[in-house]
Amino acid sequence: MRHMIDIAELSLQEIDDILTLAKDIIAHPEVYQDDCNRKKLATLFFEPSTRTRLSFESAMLDLGGSVLGFSEAMSSSAAKGESVADTIRTVSCYSDIIAMRHPKEGAPLIASLNASVPVINAGDGGHNHPTQTLTDLLTILTEKGRLDNLTVGLCGDLQFGRTVHSLITAMARYGNVRFALISPAELRVPGYIKENVLEKNNIPWKETEQIDEVMPELDILYMTRVQKERFFNEADYIRLKDSYILTTDKLKNAKEEMRILHPLPRVNEIEYAVDQDPRAAYFRQVQNGKYVRMALMLKLLGLR
Amino acid sequence: MKVDGIESGIVLDHITAGKSNQIYRLLGLESLDCCVAMIQNVRSTKLGKKDIIKIASEFEINLDVLGYIDPNISVSFIKDGAVAKKFTLALPQQLTNVLYCKNPRCITSSEQEIPHVFKLTDPEKQVYRCIYCEAKHSNH
Ligand SMILES: [Zn+2]
Repeated sequence: MRHMIDIAELSLQEIDDILTLAKDIIAHPEVYQDDCNRKKLATLFFEPSTRTRLSFESAMLDLGGSVLGFSEAMSSSAAKGESVADTIRTVSCYSDIIAMRHPKEGAPLIASLNASVPVINAGDGGHNHPTQTLTDLLTILTEKGRLDNLTVGLCGDLQFGRTVHSLITAMARYGNVRFALISPAELRVPGYIKENVLEKNNIPWKETEQIDEVMPELDILYMTRVQKERFFNEADYIRLKDSYILTTDKLKNAKEEMRILHPLPRVNEIEYAVDQDPRAAYFRQVQNGKYVRMALMLKLLGLR
Repeated sequence: MKVDGIESGIVLDHITAGKSNQIYRLLGLESLDCCVAMIQNVRSTKLGKKDIIKIASEFEINLDVLGYIDPNISVSFIKDGAVAKKFTLALPQQLTNVLYCKNPRCITSSEQEIPHVFKLTDPEKQVYRCIYCEAKHSNH
């Protein structure tokens, strides 16, 4: 492993190594606080994503390193028409590792082909976002103690939600995992995911428009935002949006040990009252995002 | 109809009838200075009908392009009027600047100098995907 562009490139063993290291960092953060002494992370954000950038920067600071970079293309060399390849060749001279977000799909791959230091894809358009998926996996592992033998419900925009596709693909590799796909008919999981991932691997899954129908079976409920601009007309959006708001009332039928995840930011799809429920894991998920990025950077830098 | 054999060059035989135009274009044969013969709808016991292309020059032929268009084509290199070398083709694992990504969200759409590279992801269905955005190439 030299770069982290697409999580599909990692073996189960490599994912396991990252998650195990992340768990150890959670347990003994002081052991790792000087691991990246004098190392520099460059965060190259060609489109803004404050959360993801802060998570990476906080991760490097907690490892004793420092950070530099830019947070939007306007202020960067890209605004002057420089190619991704040239930007990366330059930044490679100033940093030990790069985290890059770009609106165009495949830009981080181009970066990795031209970099002399490791490159981490921090999101390329609607394509890949491997550290989000690693965050989700670490959260499921720490909350449930396992990544196999689980019924995973995914709710909301399952058509355009890249975190959903990536999580399905990643979880499908573990034994005895079942999926409940909860979405309006307009926003179902695309056919190629069902065909290439679910059916190809004989993974049990069902599709429903009603969250109540499957709630009692779920071990994980992964909520996503239903975005207004995905709908063809206002009437459909108004009709459907409220069926995917998670309320304390809807949780009455859920297992005590179920856990609720959300990649954040949320708009209105999880009622604030749910935050008090011990099953709400989405803020712990944010915390895990930092730990898993710490683990990933240590691995890519060859320090652990 | 009779077309003379060539002294030295390349013969592409067993081309699926109708595909020789595409091959002519993708191999850039129009830019050659030598004699090129394209024979279409030749009767064949194996294929019923086939196309043949004869090129009277030993130019550097892109076998990946040929394999992509039609892996059943047989390629013969001719020297001094006789077959010197014969090639059978296979679907290439990777194609560079043969297929072009049309996804407007792909990095190749905003940076012209990036080579368009496609990988064979499903040999059975002959699916090629862009290595940058994974978009499927659709008109095969
Ligand atoms: Zn592409």
